[in-house]
Amino acid sequence: MSSTDQGVRQPDRRLFLKTSATAAAGLSLGFYLPGRSDANNAPRLNAWVEVRPDETVIIRYARAEMGQGSRTSAPMLVAEELDADWGRVRVEYATAHENLASKRAYGDMAAVGSRTIRQSQDYLRKAGATARHMLVAAAAQQWGVPAGECTTAKGRVMHAASKRSVTYGKIAQAAAKMEAPKEVTLKDPKNWTLVGKSIARVDIPDIVTGRIRYGIDAQVPGMLHAAVAACPVFNGKVRTMDASKVQNRRGIVQVLNLGEFVAVVADNYWRAKEALREVAIDWDVGAHGGLSSAAIMEHFKGGFDQAELAVARNDGNTGDALSKAARVFEAEYYTPYLAHATMEPLVCTAWLKPDSLEIWTSTQNPESTLATAARTAGIDQSKVLVHPMQLGGGLGRKSPQDFTRQAVMIAKEMPGKPIKMVWSREEDIQHDLYRPASLVRFKAALNAQGTIDALHIRVSAPSILATLLRLPLPRGVDGQAVASFNDHPYDIPNTLVDYAQRNTNVPVGFWRTVGHSQNPYMRECFIDELAAAAGKDPLAFRLSMLGGKHPRDRSILEAVAKAAGWGKPMPAGVFRGIAETEGYGSYTACVCEVSVNARGEVKIHRVVMGIDCGYAVNPDNIEAQLQGSAVHGLSAIFWGEMTVKEGRIEQSNFHDYRLMRLNEMPKVETVIATTGGFWGGVGEPAMAPLPPALVNAISAATGKRYRSLPLKNHGLSLARA
Amino acid sequence: MKLQVNGKVRELDVEPDMPLLWALRDELDEKGPKFGCGIAQCGACTVLLNGEPVRSCSYPVSAASGQKVVTIEGLANKDKLHPVQQAWIDHQVPQCGYCQGGQILAAVALLKRKPKPTDQDIDAAMTNICRCGTYARVRKAIHAVAAKGVRV
Repeated sequence: MSSTDQGVRQPDRRLFLKTSATAAAGLSLGFYLPGRSDANNAPRLNAWVEVRPDETVIIRYARAEMGQGSRTSAPMLVAEELDADWGRVRVEYATAHENLASKRAYGDMAAVGSRTIRQSQDYLRKAGATARHMLVAAAAQQWGVPAGECTTAKGRVMHAASKRSVTYGKIAQAAAKMEAPKEVTLKDPKNWTLVGKSIARVDIPDIVTGRIRYGIDAQVPGMLHAAVAACPVFNGKVRTMDASKVQNRRGIVQVLNLGEFVAVVADNYWRAKEALREVAIDWDVGAHGGLSSAAIMEHFKGGFDQAELAVARNDGNTGDALSKAARVFEAEYYTPYLAHATMEPLVCTAWLKPDSLEIWTSTQNPESTLATAARTAGIDQSKVLVHPMQLGGGLGRKSPQDFTRQAVMIAKEMPGKPIKMVWSREEDIQHDLYRPASLVRFKAALNAQGTIDALHIRVSAPSILATLLRLPLPRGVDGQAVASFNDHPYDIPNTLVDYAQRNTNVPVGFWRTVGHSQNPYMRECFIDELAAAAGKDPLAFRLSMLGGKHPRDRSILEAVAKAAGWGKPMPAGVFRGIAETEGYGSYTACVCEVSVNARGEVKIHRVVMGIDCGYAVNPDNIEAQLQGSAVHGLSAIFWGEMTVKEGRIEQSNFHDYRLMRLNEMPKVETVIATTGGFWGGVGEPAMAPLPPALVNAISAATGKRYRSLPLKNHGLSLARA
Repeated sequence: MKLQVNGKVRELDVEPDMPLLWALRDELDEKGPKFGCGIAQCGACTVLLNGEPVRSCSYPVSAASGQKVVTIEGLANKDKLHPVQQAWIDHQVPQCGYCQGGQILAAVALLKRKPKPTDQDIDAAMTNICRCGTYARVRKAIHAVAAKGVRV
């Protein structure tokens, strides 16, 4: 009997959540609607803020933590406006079921697109300010003084004239009864005392002691373990399966043919994984068993001559300007498919009970996890509980919920049993939703003054939005496929950006920095080609095209160039490269210094990365994100590529999908040059200018152009730092 | 079969070729060592076996029988953090943290062997993969422990 046949009744919500809360640390508050007080009368001032009588201030955090540091920096924004004592703040997760039950009091919970801070800063700061207002109002009422005469600091309301003060913990009960103000005034950024300081991340103590729990660490009594294998050719199916060889092995509980994939369920993951290798599976690979990297390249090339192209940008008359130009430059650039390879592979524990479904997983989007689990199980969303867990990296892979769906499909076959599904690394590398490959053709006209009259960028690439999200594309354009082309900041009178949507059977998805992980490399390397053709310095060439309309592109480029000492003499054999980009609401630039020996070994002497993200909430964390972006970028630049043969991804694990190690880490200097007045993202944009800055430096050293990645295919390697 | 895990003798009845990682995680509920690759490439599964770092995903549990296993959960002395753990906090090393148990244990073993490691020593010893890219801070934290001269 499947779960949908069981006459699911409405669970006793309080009992349901109370019981389940015992299994998950961080849920011990029990359930109450935001704005209400819980059973212990700990006053809840709004969805985000609760002040306990012992002066502990609970600040809720509604998104995932995957190393980006938002579980610290988002609550800092609340605490700033609240004037809380940061030392007494405890950050607790809001959960997807609370969000559902409260009609999304916590808003969007997805940790994607470097948007946690920029998307939620306004309501988080207002939540802090609102709670502060209520605490002040309650104290003023008790003292019989005007609220306007009261001040707050470090978890205390003060009235200077009467020399009275009260702690938040003592006044919170009364404050919870005050009416929330309809409008609050937020602090002037120059008066911030917490935001802008480097604050230690709240999750690090539990990381270094091993206490922190990732999705893979879920432990539920009676839990079984599942190893899975999907068809090595994407979208293929199981034709037949013979599990007779392993069925009676120690610990093997069940071998399931789920059509799209096979699952071995055992009492220990290793037993499941080993047995899976010996299940004889006959795959129906479908129509794509002959797909190869060469065929994909031909498919992309065909996009250039496609009759109908989607127009992403059309300034002036590019065709006309190119046809009349004295000098036209043309180049084709290529970037490969890439796997995410988060250190923690995809995992999901699903426990389908008669009237509820509990999920433990590492997800970048708990609301989507909840919805996927409910839909797959065929139960109402209100009966699904998604436990918040730390993510062992996300990188965009843990936002789509294919893995949650798989785990619930298994759990449906074994109702009442908690099942933890873990993907092997091989499954992870070979069944990813890859960073799309992309083929781009540039044409540019240079005039006699050495400035660009016209730029035509034609993109032939898959669409993530059309294939993964199945969204209709506005005017046929996938914004990620043309990112940093359609919005390039340069003063070029004629720009045409057009797009041929060229999907293949290789599934694509959001990979950290998405379109900005590849397009800025192509754009900024081509700009360097033009600078060389014009006989101009790469920095001066860019600055000359940044006029007055793009002051922030200009200022971050200047700040990074200055920090790097651009223009100053270099030691013999060392060369520089520069690039600037914009994305995720931020402005970024990078300078690299390299030398290249006769064996093609690239020594990176120095990397200077800079960002203007408007406001630097937690500067130390921003520095960490920039350093991390450098590592992420360098792995991709030197080695990253998925190749396709017979419909399958050829790479399978870290021996052939090479990631950078500590001994290869170059010196990275970071420049945080914020100009204020806007809120930009941090986790992704900083990587964007690194590939072009590095490749431009290498080109300066060797005199050659590198119009495709990874660099290993050009005979280049990364020398030890 | 008996294992001494974080100072406690634990008994288990498993196949001799079961990797130590899965004996620890799924039989003994020791979740500190993480699964990353299964082929001893990444080091997320690192534990100390008699003080030496081993990649437990590729180490048969039978080879560890009767010996001392320390996981990241067993590194602190009750509530007192190990100096390497403290340095990891002081320098805000981790990002997602998934590989950091392994990184910390590899650093502990290095500092035991070489209390004042050079950059080359660190390069040679710290081969664990960190996808978040915390390498610069890993190096800095190791040098900081060495500079304090504490015995690890």
